Amino acid sequence: MAERTYLQAISDGLREEMRRDERVFVLGEDVGVYGGAFKVTLGFQEEFGSWRVLDMPLSETAIMGGATGAAIMGMRPVAEMQFADFVSCAWDHLVTIAAKQRWRAGTPVPIVLRLPSGGGFSGGPFHSQNPESSFAHIPGLKCVCPATPEDAKGLIVAAIEDPNPVLFFEHKHLYRRIKGEVPDERYVTPIGKARIHQEGEEVTIITWGAMVYTAEEAAKQLPDSSIEIVDLRTVMPWDKEAVLASARKTSKVLVLHEDTRTGGFGGEIAATIAEEAFEDLDAPVRRIAAPDTPVPFSPVLEKAFIPQVDDVVRGLKELIAY
Amino acid sequence: MSSTTAVDVVMPQMGVSVSEGTITKWSKQVGDHIEADETLLEISTDKVDTEVPSPASGVVTEILVPEGETVEVGTVLARIGGEGAAPAAPPAPEPATQPAADAAEASASEGQAPAAEVGDTAPSGNGKSFISPVVARIASEHGIDPSQVPGTGNGGRVTKRDIQAFIDSGASQAAPAQPEPAQAAPPPPAPAEAVAPAPPAPAPAPVTAQAPTPAQASQEAAPPGLGETFEPMSAMRRGIAEHMRRSLDTSAHVTSAIEVDMSRVVQIREKLKKEFQSAYGVNPTYLAFIARAATETLRDYPWVNGELRGDKIVTRNYVNLGFAVELADGKGLIVPVVKNAETLNLLGMAKSIADIAKRARDKQLAPDDVTGGTFTITNPGGYGTFLGTPEISQPQAGILGTYAIVKRPSVITDENGTDAIAIRSMMNLTLTYDHRLVDGAYAGRFLRDLRERLQTWGESDY
Repeated sequence: MAERTYLQAISDGLREEMRRDERVFVLGEDVGVYGGAFKVTLGFQEEFGSWRVLDMPLSETAIMGGATGAAIMGMRPVAEMQFADFVSCAWDHLVTIAAKQRWRAGTPVPIVLRLPSGGGFSGGPFHSQNPESSFAHIPGLKCVCPATPEDAKGLIVAAIEDPNPVLFFEHKHLYRRIKGEVPDERYVTPIGKARIHQEGEEVTIITWGAMVYTAEEAAKQLPDSSIEIVDLRTVMPWDKEAVLASARKTSKVLVLHEDTRTGGFGGEIAATIAEEAFEDLDAPVRRIAAPDTPVPFSPVLEKAFIPQVDDVVRGLKELIAY
Repeated sequence: MSSTTAVDVVMPQMGVSVSEGTITKWSKQVGDHIEADETLLEISTDKVDTEVPSPASGVVTEILVPEGETVEVGTVLARIGGEGAAPAAPPAPEPATQPAADAAEASASEGQAPAAEVGDTAPSGNGKSFISPVVARIASEHGIDPSQVPGTGNGGRVTKRDIQAFIDSGASQAAPAQPEPAQAAPPPPAPAEAVAPAPPAPAPAPVTAQAPTPAQASQEAAPPGLGETFEPMSAMRRGIAEHMRRSLDTSAHVTSAIEVDMSRVVQIREKLKKEFQSAYGVNPTYLAFIARAATETLRDYPWVNGELRGDKIVTRNYVNLGFAVELADGKGLIVPVVKNAETLNLLGMAKSIADIAKRARDKQLAPDDVTGGTFTITNPGGYGTFLGTPEISQPQAGILGTYAIVKRPSVITDENGTDAIAIRSMMNLTLTYDHRLVDGAYAGRFLRDLRERLQTWGESDY
């Protein structure tokens, strides 16, 4: 066990898989010589050579198309979008080809698409989004959103092992702020299994990514209340059983995410709880999410946009009092 | 969040002569949050249908008058807030709560009210507070009446923790879910376990004592026969019924009809239509022309615009023109009034009519909009009728009926005195007048002059 940052944990997991499996290679903008915009692949080109750490032209379409072709031919590409926001340029290859290839032709498409996502640092509307719900809606894609260094490593390994395209949403705000004990040895964190971040009896918060820490802070501010935090870890497939079990236990659920509200994945969770645990509810399922606007640049506005600890405290109080 | 003391919502006074109103719709339910001035309910009086805004922000803690009920002005209809205030105590359940099926059967002798659906173990609630799904389920599983559980949630709602604590404390055993029988008590129920194991601890039968009270109703109506259905009478319908009867009982109704050649008006209207539409956004309807002409003519016939008040004849130097407007749902009629119609030119008349008609259909009329009329125009011609005998709106002395304009062959005489048959746009007008005040010849002259005004309408008139 060693203390690693969230970013180091991703880097470690990726490096180990590249050492283990020659088919694994990295491609993206500035991932080679420069070591990636966030330095996740720093030193990779020295270790693995320029053919396994490919600096690509400024074309997400080319990156995604290249990764899809390589995966179909039996490789295990790990493609990086410099910012998750840019994945929209790669939509067609990802959604039309990669997501459906296995269904159409039976060919596995083992791609990992690393997507540095999330806001909180005044990155503005092009560098701050959390587009996981858009892709969770596409059958054939998996969406992973780790919150802790341990999960970041275990899930990048799982994503590389997975025979399907996996979108790995790594939250930029967590990169260097979050540290934690990470096992040295290789391990796999299963995709589709939630993690109980903290146990409680009174209210459940369902969340993922950076919002796990916002939820934790909010819970700390209500020491007299027993609040359970479920870290979903993967949004597609998502751990319905864990969510329903917690909902049945506490009967009051708050769904929290950094993505915007309408069409956000929280709606799917809330609807599922309403469908399958209706008779266990003691209050309406509540959502806290960003408003339906692009991410503002101004620090003040961004703070108003991204759900804050105070927002969650307020939501919790309302649910507790209900 | 809002007011901490409860605020009463009362039946508003909708005009001087209105003494009661009917709740047509509650826009909020108990437990709902409402902002001040947000619509809380809709009421219907014999004058207007209107929305009642909330006097305060807060949670609706009580609704005291159900939809369909008619109550007097000033009656408390609901209470708002204050936040966290416990809802009112549950109403004492009707004594007609008899548990266990065979107990009911065994004691079917003592002239007691028929037990309402025993064996229904669904929690009844206290009717005042929301029972969440999980509380309903736990209550059902344990045979508890949730209204017996002390609530700590919003507005005293019973939370899951409350009902679990209640079960854990053993209170559910101690406190039978059976409410105190008030009077005319049914035979004391045997302990539930001993009688029938099937339905767990009987919940009180749902209170369904909401027999609608016909407010000032006459004699009790006979029950509906085969193939008949009952629907409640709205306040507006009762108002209409009363007024129509009273009008016939008051005035000596006589109707005279006259045929008007509307060809000139048709022609002028065609010309004005475009200008009115583009410049003012209003349609110069035939009704506006007729209203305008009638208002002018009324100057010369003050008794048609007058009133019999006791042994005095009232005449006026103004015309408040009422227009019969059918409501959008076809269930009622309202007569909004254009005040001081004598001050309006054709454009002003068209605009005023469009305004009151729209507000009548949107239920936006104020009480003053429907009072003070001195003469009324009704326009059943839209459906093609060519003659009718409308009733006078009391205490007025006359009502003008306008009918369909149809093209008819008509004999006209030119300047040289030669007769010819021409196609003309013809319309019938009726004046129904109170023969106590208005004589037949007087009415006839009124109609003649009105016809003259319409037939000779100048292009630059009004």
